[in-house]
Amino acid sequence: MARTNRDYALLGRDAKLAEEIGLVSAQWYHTDMPRKEMKALMKREDGPAIRDTAMLFAAMAVSALGGIALWPSWWSAPFWAVYGVLYASAMDSRWHECGHGSAFRTRWMNDALYQVACFCMLRNPVLWRWSHTRHHTDTIIVGHDPEIIAMRPAVVARLVLNLFGIFEFLGNARALLTLAAGQMSEQEKSYVPESERPAAFRIARIWLGIYACVAAAALAMGSILPFMLVGLPIFYGSWHMVLTGYMQHLGLAENVLDHRLNSRTVLINPVSRFIYWNMNYHVEHHMFPMVPYHRLKDLHERIRHDLPPAHPSMLSAYREILPALVRQFSNPDWFVKRTLPPTAKPYRPEFHGDLEPGRPTPGIGGYGGLPPDAVPAE
Amino acid sequence: MPWIKACTTGDIEEEDLIRFDHGGRSFAVYHSPDGEFFCTDGLCTHEDVHLADGLVIDYVIECPKHNGQFDYRTGEAMRAPVCKDLGTYPVKVEGTDVLIEVPA
Ligand code: FES
Repeated sequence: MARTNRDYALLGRDAKLAEEIGLVSAQWYHTDMPRKEMKALMKREDGPAIRDTAMLFAAMAVSALGGIALWPSWWSAPFWAVYGVLYASAMDSRWHECGHGSAFRTRWMNDALYQVACFCMLRNPVLWRWSHTRHHTDTIIVGHDPEIIAMRPAVVARLVLNLFGIFEFLGNARALLTLAAGQMSEQEKSYVPESERPAAFRIARIWLGIYACVAAAALAMGSILPFMLVGLPIFYGSWHMVLTGYMQHLGLAENVLDHRLNSRTVLINPVSRFIYWNMNYHVEHHMFPMVPYHRLKDLHERIRHDLPPAHPSMLSAYREILPALVRQFSNPDWFVKRTLPPTAKPYRPEFHGDLEPGRPTPGIGGYGGLPPDAVPAE
Repeated sequence: MPWIKACTTGDIEEEDLIRFDHGGRSFAVYHSPDGEFFCTDGLCTHEDVHLADGLVIDYVIECPKHNGQFDYRTGEAMRAPVCKDLGTYPVKVEGTDVLIEVPA
């Protein structure tokens, strides 16, 4: 297997290089939009998110009650299958939207659902808010974006384990324990300001208390049933989040400043769109993160003339992603450069739009030698 | 500190803002939902992003980059990732002119 020539560590070699060549906190390409239209699209409302949240909680309650009523029979499995996806996949998109603060107009509603979603996902609300902030500042910039999930070449075991929530769980469980102990890693400190850290520690301690109660209930009942409701859904319900999440950026360009080159829009079925809260319009979301999830389809219609064509299905997206990941084993600089329609403004060199698949990526320092950690000690 | 004409009252819709550059600095001038005018620094305190592309919701300006929020009347940082307040500047309306008092 080809050795990676990339250093994804947040404080590593390529983090410094990206900074030196102006890839960090940079200006990004945006499709031109008249202010009036943009304002209409950004407008906040409570109605759509209240409706969707009521539906989500109702579906969770019904599926949980069905699972409990039929427990421990295998007949309960379909109920858990639904509950798990709502708990560990739909809550991912609620975490995301409410983290942006754009799901509801009313602030406390965003904050309340954000906290619930974070708990379900075992994502510390402070840590993950700030990591996602960085993801938007430096989207897929090597050494700066903490949310790059497929390194080049991809770590296949990680991608597969994630389907069962395992890899993310390990990271989040470690963070939960260290934060509850009042500690934060240097990498986390690089994106969480000091003033925010006490809140991260406090919430981790509260969550440990809740998990202790769940464990006590499980012991008292002599059953894992309480964990089927809280905690275990991460393992049996993350697959939808992962399948949709992998479509966002995998196989596309690194170290560019144009979301049309590093993000992917895919048209998916209405049920998945409800679970994913329209994040399948991912180029649109990154270009205009102020637009709430319920207007992304309209935004897509408005700017699609300037974007690569949306994939018509998940299958189509994976037909692009999987061969690209395979090809990156032999050439980590390989990526899919999607063709723009004639109506679009061309990719521009100042946004690194002249980067070609297979050519050395700017900001990567690992060419022509061993990566520093591979050099044998003298 | 001098009073400078930033715009006229008709230049900004209610519940909106515009960018105003003067003396090498950038400002944001707001028209509130009840018809008052306000002025703050034009760049977000989180990263150097112009607030003029953001969204005014009542008395809050939301930054277009990471949805950080400020109360534009006081400059108070209200929602992460903004932690540092915005500078604010006095505003007066004379006829249809919106004047701001900015450092010389
Ligand atoms: S730049 Fe304004 S919130 Fe980040």
